[in-house]
Amino acid sequence: LKMTSVHKFGQAVPIQCHSWSAERRSLALSHNNNTVEVYDQVSGGWKLTDKLEQHDLRVNDIDWAPNTNRIVTCSADRNAYVWVKGPDGKWKHTLVLLRINRAATCVRWSPQENKFAVGSGARIISICYFDQENDWWIAKHIRKPIRSTITTVDWHPNNILLAAGSTDFKVFIFSTYIKEIEPKPSATEWGAKMPFANLMAEFSNSPTGGGWVHAVSFNSEGTRVAWVGHDSSIAVADAPSGMVMMKLKTSMLPLLTLTWIAPNKLLGAGHDCVPVLFHVDASGKVSVGSQLEELTVVESAASSSAMNMFRNKDRVGTELLDNRLYSTHQNQICSMRIYSGTKDGATAVSTSAGDGNLVIWDLQTLAAKFNDLKL
Amino acid sequence: QIYKMAKNTNSTAFRRIDVDKYSEDNYKEDVDNETVTAGPSENEVMSLISQNKQLDALKYVLANSPLGNKNQAVRDAALTLALRVMLSFKTSQIEEAVKQLDYEQRDILMKYIYRGFEVPNEGSSAQLLVWHDKVFNHSGVGSIVRVLTDKKKV
Repeated sequence: LKMTSVHKFGQAVPIQCHSWSAERRSLALSHNNNTVEVYDQVSGGWKLTDKLEQHDLRVNDIDWAPNTNRIVTCSADRNAYVWVKGPDGKWKHTLVLLRINRAATCVRWSPQENKFAVGSGARIISICYFDQENDWWIAKHIRKPIRSTITTVDWHPNNILLAAGSTDFKVFIFSTYIKEIEPKPSATEWGAKMPFANLMAEFSNSPTGGGWVHAVSFNSEGTRVAWVGHDSSIAVADAPSGMVMMKLKTSMLPLLTLTWIAPNKLLGAGHDCVPVLFHVDASGKVSVGSQLEELTVVESAASSSAMNMFRNKDRVGTELLDNRLYSTHQNQICSMRIYSGTKDGATAVSTSAGDGNLVIWDLQTLAAKFNDLKL
Repeated sequence: QIYKMAKNTNSTAFRRIDVDKYSEDNYKEDVDNETVTAGPSENEVMSLISQNKQLDALKYVLANSPLGNKNQAVRDAALTLALRVMLSFKTSQIEEAVKQLDYEQRDILMKYIYRGFEVPNEGSSAQLLVWHDKVFNHSGVGSIVRVLTDKKKV
């Protein structure tokens, strides 16, 4: 059984974002431009089945709702589109007026798929829901106390609470309760009163460091939220223990994306181009675990690479520099999704990176090699 | 009826106001009400160095570093002392000293190392490069990233 499988989709252009259909038979991704490509799995590879071309500027995020089978895309053109597959198999779009005057940066469907949240550079989170009466998507704004661009959002399982990370070094937990479409939520560990846009909790990355928040993730029960920051740190806040925040400053390059893969395990990936495991103990303390690849340098039996470099310079007149990284991904990993399993017990994750590749990591076979991956 | 003209029509000072400063959109830094330390005392540092207690002097300057202190003079004075301590070590002692520090202290030390590079002085950079190497071996690129991203400057 293979530990990793590498998938390519045309030219080696960074895959900014990707999202899987429910059965994982289809994949929507964007090559850092204004279109979204939909691929279907066929024997031996991938077939491009559709191109979603409506956005004017770069598509920043995509999310494919597994149950309702709708795709939502958001872009630097300040818009979001909801795509529904028609009976003819073609994707039809509906424009969503986000009412923002800056780029939309990230988007996620809520667990029940009746709402989606869009973060933006306008320092606003747009919570969008469908209004049957007028047959359009309505966006409600969350503004206070956001003071800079929202970079990442993740939903609590109760379909109401939303975690958001920002470039103002903060992580917010907001309520997105919309009385028109859902019943009043019962109290959670994050608080009891949940009017729309209520700030339930706020965590700051800056007193103990700094750096933009790149990704947030609620655990499967919604009792903990984890995030990664540009100060090469990873932190976990635990609601039941009184919103205690535990931060780990790593010795690696900053992580850009993360997800819970077990109640006590996080998987992060970023500028080091390899996913890294983190353990979270009962008190919420984070410690670093294995990297999912051994990056051992295989030295050639002959001279060192510096010598080879000058020898080649002499002989050929140019430097034959080998710029390949020893990891599977050759550029920073910008997006990571659970491919199989859940946040409670993920068995595989997919990563897309600046090298234009999508890699699927089989965590069960990897657990044979890296013991601390065992669930 | 005689209308008196407003007194300030002669002044053109209003043209020099920087209106962008007052824009609502501007990012306002968090008001940090945490008390910051005033920095290490020179006497204490010199006394420890003269007693050949370089490691204690190092731990002292790191524990008393005026992180985030808005007074530039205080931070500069602390930097001078930190550099003096770092340069008082024999090159061969540096590795052992770094091993005795915890990860928080090493992060602060890395910040002083980079500030020290900014003000090279009689071969100080050579010694600082050794410090850099030893701290890097423990704290990796993460500590260097934090030199760039941490809000509380040293």
